Amino acid sequence: MKFRLRIWKQASGDAAGAFSDYEVDGISPETSFLEMIDTLNERLTERGEEAVAFESDCREGICGMCSMVINGQPHGPLPGTTTCQLYMRHFDDGQPITIEPWRSGAFPVLRDLMVDRSAFDRILESGGYVTVHSGPKPEPNANPIDPEVAEESLDAACCIGCGACVAACPNGAAMLFTAAKVSHLGLLPQGQPERWERVQNMVEQMEEEGFGSCRNYAECEAACPKEISIKFIGRLNRDYLRALREPIDRHGPMDSQ
Amino acid sequence: MNLDDRVPEAPIEHMWSTHKEHLRLVGPRTRPHYRVIVVGTGLAGASAAASMAAMGYHVECFCFQDSPRRAHSIAAQGGINAAKDYRNDGDSVHRLFYDTQKGGDYRSREANVWRLAELSASIIDQAVAQGVPFAREYGGLLANRSFGGVLVERTFYCRGETGQQLLLGACSALAQQIHDGNVKMHTRTELLDVVIVDGRARGIVVRDLVTGEIRSHAAEAVVLATGGYSNVYYLSTNAKGCNVTATWRAHKRGAGFANPCYNQIHPTCIPVSSEHQAKLTLMSESLRNDGRIWVPRNEGETRSPGEIPEQDRYYYLEERYPRFGNLVPRDVASRNAKNVCDDGLGVGPSRLGVYLDFRDAISDHGHEVIGARYENLFAMYERITGESPWKTPMRIYPAPHYTMGGLWVDYNLMTTLPGLFAVGEANFSDHGANRLGASSMMQCLADGYFIIPITIGDYLSRHPYGDIDTSHAAFADAEREARGRIERLLAIDGSTTVESLHRELGRLMWDHCGIARSEDGLREALARIPELRDRFWNDLRIVGGAAGINQSLEHAGRLADFLEFAELMCRDALQRDESCGCHFREEHQTEEGEALRDDVNFSHVTVWEHTGENVEPKMHEEPLSFEALPLAQRNYKT
Ligand SMILES: Cc1cc2nc3c(=O)[nH]c(=O)nc-3n(C[C@H](O)[C@H](O)[C@H](O)COP(=O)(O)OP(=O)(O)OC[C@H]3O[C@@H](n4cnc5c(N)ncnc54)[C@H](O)[C@@H]3O)c2cc1C
Ligand code: FES
Repeated sequence: MKFRLRIWKQASGDAAGAFSDYEVDGISPETSFLEMIDTLNERLTERGEEAVAFESDCREGICGMCSMVINGQPHGPLPGTTTCQLYMRHFDDGQPITIEPWRSGAFPVLRDLMVDRSAFDRILESGGYVTVHSGPKPEPNANPIDPEVAEESLDAACCIGCGACVAACPNGAAMLFTAAKVSHLGLLPQGQPERWERVQNMVEQMEEEGFGSCRNYAECEAACPKEISIKFIGRLNRDYLRALREPIDRHGPMDSQ
Repeated sequence: MNLDDRVPEAPIEHMWSTHKEHLRLVGPRTRPHYRVIVVGTGLAGASAAASMAAMGYHVECFCFQDSPRRAHSIAAQGGINAAKDYRNDGDSVHRLFYDTQKGGDYRSREANVWRLAELSASIIDQAVAQGVPFAREYGGLLANRSFGGVLVERTFYCRGETGQQLLLGACSALAQQIHDGNVKMHTRTELLDVVIVDGRARGIVVRDLVTGEIRSHAAEAVVLATGGYSNVYYLSTNAKGCNVTATWRAHKRGAGFANPCYNQIHPTCIPVSSEHQAKLTLMSESLRNDGRIWVPRNEGETRSPGEIPEQDRYYYLEERYPRFGNLVPRDVASRNAKNVCDDGLGVGPSRLGVYLDFRDAISDHGHEVIGARYENLFAMYERITGESPWKTPMRIYPAPHYTMGGLWVDYNLMTTLPGLFAVGEANFSDHGANRLGASSMMQCLADGYFIIPITIGDYLSRHPYGDIDTSHAAFADAEREARGRIERLLAIDGSTTVESLHRELGRLMWDHCGIARSEDGLREALARIPELRDRFWNDLRIVGGAAGINQSLEHAGRLADFLEFAELMCRDALQRDESCGCHFREEHQTEEGEALRDDVNFSHVTVWEHTGENVEPKMHEEPLSFEALPLAQRNYKT
């Protein structure tokens, strides 16, 4: 197979970017999308040209590293699929393919197709946890959890933090990402003591990072490779409103020293 | 080389408690003065960094990905073992110890394995308290599944995403510590060297992968949690970035490397399909619970699998191992797959594949039950291969997956370099010559949550804090060397890409130091690796410079280390003139083709000492003793 590629090239965060055109041929349908770009990069290197910088690690759809907007769609045309799980048999021979990085003010481009997603980490750091030290804990089976609840919690917890939701959102909102973590913990008994404080802190951090606000476009759900439901955004909103209504006395960092 | 294992004198079931009673502690007011570097944020690193920071140590943590949560541990699928005996099927600490020792073919240190089994249950308690949503039964209690190599059901899981959930749990604890200022997190930062001052590890040299800056960090102790080296084979189930650099650099600075030839080849991976393949995909071992493995009985079979009648199907694992059937340990399953393919019975375009068939399971249990168990795995398989396991059997073939070898550590998880610790897959500790499924995550988290936070105190308490910083000359020297290596790489200006040289190394290692090894093959590899290394250093082409993001340069640095390390792996495989677990020397097998150990000459850990560039490394032995569990021939047949 043969493909005409238009790829976003940008030398660094401060540099201006532009599309470059490439052609790759001799690609078998069993090749993955990223292997197709690996092949392009090898050929570019052999010619003494700079390779296209992109992120990937697990190549199994779980680490959340790969992040390409393919023909206008984050992670490309297949629903519930990350870029690394796309295969060239999902494309037509000779098809033009445009590849861009995630586009969002909160995810500055570092180089070519690589962006800085550390804003997500800071949202998690602001409250995406249950405070527990390492050491002896109560017997878990003393506290049964309805399997439906555990499953729903896992539906939210399986977020891979790739950022496709932000890239897909016309407003660049990070609501699906934040809602997934808030719901994962908020559904479980272990998450209850810090539930209201958590949602408030995480929403505040999200706003501080410059993500847009949610206008219910639902593009995030459509782009999410883990098909996380926007019902969790409703859940976040309800929790957030309740947290605002009943302000909690927030304590400082846990003093364990 | 000092190989004092520091195993306490006590009956095995009391060793860890006795040891803890005698360890020196650092008081809570003093801990913030001690700086601890943790390299790696997988299950081992994240749990270690979070636990030590919560105790009050000042932790600096590093990973090469853009976020700690993306460490390779995230990809673990099937589950984590724990001796909870929830199923009332005879499980116990002793049983888990026994299974692990036997599974490892009696090549592990008993004391460590027992401790691992002893701590296993608390890992589940810890994870549940963090909010890890494990699978539950209808009554709300924790569910279990079975895994290869054992006769009890003790594996805890979150669908096919257990590693993700456990890592997110550990990383949430880490996130809190970052937020509270107890951990300084350095993402997109790669370790290039370990810095030694007065014989102790005192820091590291790193490269900022965004700016290209080389800088140092000083500390009172360094913990490596940098994972395994399966990518020496180029094609493996590991994430693309997995590397040997950290442990290899530490080795070159004096840390002994143990059993480098022990690598596990996982039996259930999707076969290689194309020349440009960059990565192999694991299909969870849990599939072996319901899938039946077979090949056509006759060479040259041309019918499609669905048309092959029962009498022409060779269910080779069920026939050869009636007691364990399709659930034999990984090494046995992999070797048998290779053997039937070598006999010309393989399936698929390359003939390097065997069937994993769900036809009977679907007709016995129904679509719904099988779907609930494997839906996502079936979908993943179909996405990759274009074939549906609902209609036609999966095709699988073994692929490099996990490395039991690693830095030698004592009972405190300290390497032979004082102040340098190794946890998780990076150390050699608990899995002997073969790891059982669902036990790596268990080891990573036991190391990180429960062992290192305590044992490191014993070391730290014996040394002052804050006595040096990065202005010490040793840091400048190590930085200069690291810069020099990068300049050398960039100056080669040859014509071959890193990718293609890595592929070549991978093929060489797969052919000669893979599922089966022989003296001739290993000697050939030992002759060819230096040639390949020469080509690398004379004909490599990297486009771009040292400043800013340069992914070819990153890969080249890692390959340079793999090219040195591969030689040690083959050397180790050659000297271990026996078969054990995953290390299968063709010269040593039973009449039935099983691994034949030589306990008289090889019941020891081999530890290698680096003695200089282009000088033969020195070999040492840590003898193993078998007091809690006497040596026996592994038997999965009856
Ligand atoms: C596909 C797959 C499925 C698996 N399934 C299971 C399972 O079901 N059950 C089970 O028990 N085990 C499983 N395993 C094995 C298990 O996942 C790993 O052994 C384990 O996660 C290793 O964890 P770790 O913390 O030691 O290292 P890793 O998770 O590999 O983390 C290494 C860390 O070190 C960092 N690092 C590495 N090198 C450098 C460097 N030079 N500089 C800076 N940082 C560096 C990385 O950034 C990363 O943070 C599976 C493995 C694979 C590949
Ligand atoms: S590379 Fe890990 S999700 Fe795509």
